Amino acid sequence: MDALDCRLVNLLQDGIDITAQPYMAVAGQLGISEEQVVQRVGQLLDDGYLSRFGPMYDAEKMGGAFSLCAMQIPADELEKTAETVNAFDEVAHNYLREHALNMWFVIATEHADHLPVVLQQIEQKTGYPVYNMPKLEEYYIGLRFEAGATQ
Amino acid sequence: MVLNDSDRQLIAAIQGGLPMVARPYAAIGQQLGLDESAVLARVAELQESGLIKRMGVVVRHRALGYSANAMVVWDVPDADIERIGRLLADESCVTLCYQRPRRLPHWPYNLFCMIHGRERDSVLRRISQIVAFHSLEDIQHQVLFSPRAFKQRGARYAELDKLQPESRSLHGRT
Repeated sequence: MDALDCRLVNLLQDGIDITAQPYMAVAGQLGISEEQVVQRVGQLLDDGYLSRFGPMYDAEKMGGAFSLCAMQIPADELEKTAETVNAFDEVAHNYLREHALNMWFVIATEHADHLPVVLQQIEQKTGYPVYNMPKLEEYYIGLRFEAGATQ
Repeated sequence: MVLNDSDRQLIAAIQGGLPMVARPYAAIGQQLGLDESAVLARVAELQESGLIKRMGVVVRHRALGYSANAMVVWDVPDADIERIGRLLADESCVTLCYQRPRRLPHWPYNLFCMIHGRERDSVLRRISQIVAFHSLEDIQHQVLFSPRAFKQRGARYAELDKLQPESRSLHGRT
């Protein structure tokens, strides 16, 4: 990523307006052509710096559900269990964490009543209990990563 | 907002990402048999209603160098959780802050925040500063770093994919 890519990523994280040519405004801000924006974003996607360029849906407003879940998996079962858990389309992220509860994943389902079903299926397929910890209250959400900055 | 089938097809068509072309909504419209202005109007409505929180990029933070990813969890007395939740949320390094249920006896923590940094040491230093500055010494906390991501991508709505099976070919990068 060069300096221009970093500026591009930082601008695009703030969100873009919904217009027929959405990359035009960003191109203007960066002093490059619309075509260059399209090309650079495509490259950043291909190179794996970005996972996607598109809408962030509000799972709950869509009638769905979203939750953070944890499991306690023995070290020698981690790979196999991660594969089983990741195979569920509803699992968005899955992280190894340093704790007795060592597998933490986020689940999103289109219908709220489908979430407990998925949790049950995960328990059945892995043979381990799932601790479901849905959010009760949100104090802040501003997930954003400054590209190129030192912290 | 009530979603009809056409909305659901639209949601499914763009969930993996917009096509990387100058006029992405025209391309989506072509796929769905709608004209560009109809797609734009509906996407704008979805955003106004809050169903789309934002149109933008999702970064892979590890690829950007944010490899120290700490989930900091706190066991806060219930009566105090709102005050402390807001206080942590105001810290610039905190990217998410949620109250979640305890799962006793396995899990006593009810306040979760995420702190991302490039190195563990700097993240730990920030946490110590936060504890000292806000006098949080009496509140049990734990820092759970993540040495590895097993999976990292946005949520997909599988059922919507079934509605729009050809949508993957347009973006195919997820």
